[in-house]
Amino acid sequence: MARIPTICPFCGCGCSMYLVVDGGRVTGVEPSPANPINKGMLCAKGWNAFEFVHSPDRLTKPLVRKNGVLTESTWDEALDLVCSRLTGIRDTHGPDALGFLCSAKCTNEENYLLMKLARSAFRTNNVDHCARL
Amino acid sequence: MAGLAAAFGSGAMTNSIGEFEDADLFFVIGSNTTAQHPLIGTRIINAVERGAKLLLFDPREIQLAPFASLHLRQNFGTDVALVNGMMNIIIQEDLYDRPYVESRTEGFDELKALVSRYTPKVVEQITGVRSADLYRAAVMYAQADKAMIVYAMGITQHVTGTDNVKTLANLAMLTGHVGRHSTGVNPLRGQNNVQGACDMGGLPGVFTGYQRVNDPASVQKFEKAWETTGLNTKPGLTITGMVEAAHSGSLKALYVMGENPLLSDPDLTHAEHALGNLDFLVVQDIFLTETAALADVILPAACFAEKDGTYTNTERRVQLSRKAVEPPGQARADWEIVSELLSRLGCCGTYPDTESIMREINALTPSYAGITYRRLASGYGLQWPCPNEEHPGTVFLHRDQFTKGKGTFLPCEFRPPAEAPDEEFDLTLTTGRIYYQFHTGTMSRRIEILEREAPQPVLEINPEDAKRYGIRTNDLVEVESRRGSIRLKAEVTTRVPRKVLFTTFHFAESPVNRLTTSAFDPVSEIPELKGCAVKIRRCS
Repeated sequence: MARIPTICPFCGCGCSMYLVVDGGRVTGVEPSPANPINKGMLCAKGWNAFEFVHSPDRLTKPLVRKNGVLTESTWDEALDLVCSRLTGIRDTHGPDALGFLCSAKCTNEENYLLMKLARSAFRTNNVDHCARL
Repeated sequence: MAGLAAAFGSGAMTNSIGEFEDADLFFVIGSNTTAQHPLIGTRIINAVERGAKLLLFDPREIQLAPFASLHLRQNFGTDVALVNGMMNIIIQEDLYDRPYVESRTEGFDELKALVSRYTPKVVEQITGVRSADLYRAAVMYAQADKAMIVYAMGITQHVTGTDNVKTLANLAMLTGHVGRHSTGVNPLRGQNNVQGACDMGGLPGVFTGYQRVNDPASVQKFEKAWETTGLNTKPGLTITGMVEAAHSGSLKALYVMGENPLLSDPDLTHAEHALGNLDFLVVQDIFLTETAALADVILPAACFAEKDGTYTNTERRVQLSRKAVEPPGQARADWEIVSELLSRLGCCGTYPDTESIMREINALTPSYAGITYRRLASGYGLQWPCPNEEHPGTVFLHRDQFTKGKGTFLPCEFRPPAEAPDEEFDLTLTTGRIYYQFHTGTMSRRIEILEREAPQPVLEINPEDAKRYGIRTNDLVEVESRRGSIRLKAEVTTRVPRKVLFTTFHFAESPVNRLTTSAFDPVSEIPELKGCAVKIRRCS
C-alpha cells in the first residue's frame, strides 16, 4: 500500500490529501495532518474524492464523429484530425475563428501549454476558462 | 477580478486561509461558505466560537446564519447601494481611517461625494435593510481591528459584478482594512485551479502572471521564449464572447479542455445552439459530459490522481500533486496531449515531464519565478508572488503599498438587476451550490455517498409564496423563465425570503441554466447567473 500526496480536485480551498493506493487502484483518502489549509480535515466531497477515478464511465479511447456518430478511433487519427481541421479553419477564416477553453480543473502546466498552443501555434487570444461561471 | 485589479493592482485573495484564525470580524457577502468552501467555513465557525464577530449579508438563511452577530437579508441585487450606505455612515460618523486614506489611497473626495447620496432612508428603500441595522453593520465593520471581507460568486455573478467588487474594495480601503495580517478582501475561488488557470494566462488579454498581450515588452519576451514572431496583440474573446461569436457564425472551432459549458453556461438553449453552429468542436475530458456529447473529436484525459502537476488554490498557494495510479485504457494526461499537439504543429519545446513545463513558466513569470519543483517537493507549497528561489512566498498582499502603488477608490452608483420580476414572471430565481454536490456534477454525481445525500435538485420556496400557489414540500413544480422551463421538487422553507426561489445547477436532469439570463457585466463579462425573473406552477 502506498500513500501519494495530491490536492483535492473540488473547490478552491486546495486541501492537501494522500491517495491510498493498493494494487494499482485508489482505495481511499487520508487528509494531510500538518498542512496549513485543512490540518487533517476534509469535507464530504474530499473524503470521497477517489470514487469517480475508477468509474466505469471514464473515457478510455479517442472518439471521432463519423457520419454523425461518435466512433472509437486511435490517438494518431484523432490528433491528425484536430491539427488539420484547426489549421484549415485558421487558414480559411483567420486565427480569431478559433477559441480555446482552458480549465479550472487542470494543472498549471496544462493550462500553460494550452494557452501556448492557442497563442503560439494559432495566433489567437481567444483563450478563457470558466472562472466566470 | 477586474474590480479588485482596478482598485488594488491585483485581483487575487489578499490574505491566507490560516489568517482566518486571527481575524476579529468576518464580513461575509455572496458566499455560502460552509457549502462551497467547507474548510474555510469551518475556520469561520471556529473563529466565531472563539469570540470573532460575523457580519453576514445574504438574502438566504444559509448555514452560517445562526453564527452571525448580525444577519441582514438584503433585496436581491442591491449590494452596491447597501455598501455605499455603510460607507456614508462611516464617513458621517468619522469612523474612517483618515491616515490610511491620506497616505495609501486616491480618489476619496469622489467617493465621499457619491456615497453621501446613499442616506439610510434611500438605502432602506432599495435594499430593504432597516436604517438601524445598516448603522450597526457599518459601526461593527469600521471599529473591528482585524476585519476580513469574504465573498464569492454571489458578488460577481451579477450585471453589476465588477461594481460590487469595487464597492467592497472601497469599503476596505476607507477603514484601513487591507494590507495587514488577518485584514483584507478575499474572493473565494470555486474550483481547485481557477486561480492557477488565471495565473497561467487562461484569459483573453494576458500571458502568464497577468502580463498583457498588448504590452510590447511582454510580447517580445514570449516571442523570444517561444521562438516565434507575429504573436497576436489584440485581446481575445471571453467565454461569453465566444458563445456569442459561435452563435453569429464568426467563431468556427472551439477546443475545450476539462470544462462543461453546456451545463454551467447561462441560457443553455442559446449556448447549445451556439455550440451546434460550430464547424469543429474538440473536447478533452475524463467523462462524456453534456458538452462532449456534441463534439467532433473527444480526447480521453487522465484525472487528478493519474498525473503530476501543480494547482494554485484560492490563497495563491501553488502545491504539487503526484501521480498515484495509471489512467484507464488509452487516456492520457492533458499536458501530454497538448504537448504532442504543439510538436505536431512545429512549436518549440519538448516536455518529457511536468517539471520541464514549470521551468518554462518560472522563466517567463516573475510572480512564479521562485516556485520550483525542488522547493514544492517538501513543505506545503509556496504562495505567489515568489520572485526568486530564496523568497519564502507572500502570505498577504499590499503590506506597505498596493501592488499598483496607491489604492484607488472607484465609487459606483447602484444599478438594478437586468431582469426584474413583473406581473407575469413575478418571482426571482437565484442559483448556487450545495454541500454534497459540485459544479456540473461530472465528478460528484459519480460518488455514491454524495448521490445518496443529494440525489436530486430541490427548489426552495418561501411558505407564503408556496401557500399562494398551493405548493407543498415534495410537490413537483414547473419553473419557467422567458428562455425555458424545468421541473423539479419543491421544498417549502423560510431559508429563502418571500418572492425568491433557490436551486442549484448540479443536476443535468433539471438544468437550471435553461432559465438563467445571459445578460452580463460589461467589464468582466460574467453573466447574471444569480438572478432572473420566473413564474412557478404546481404540476398536477
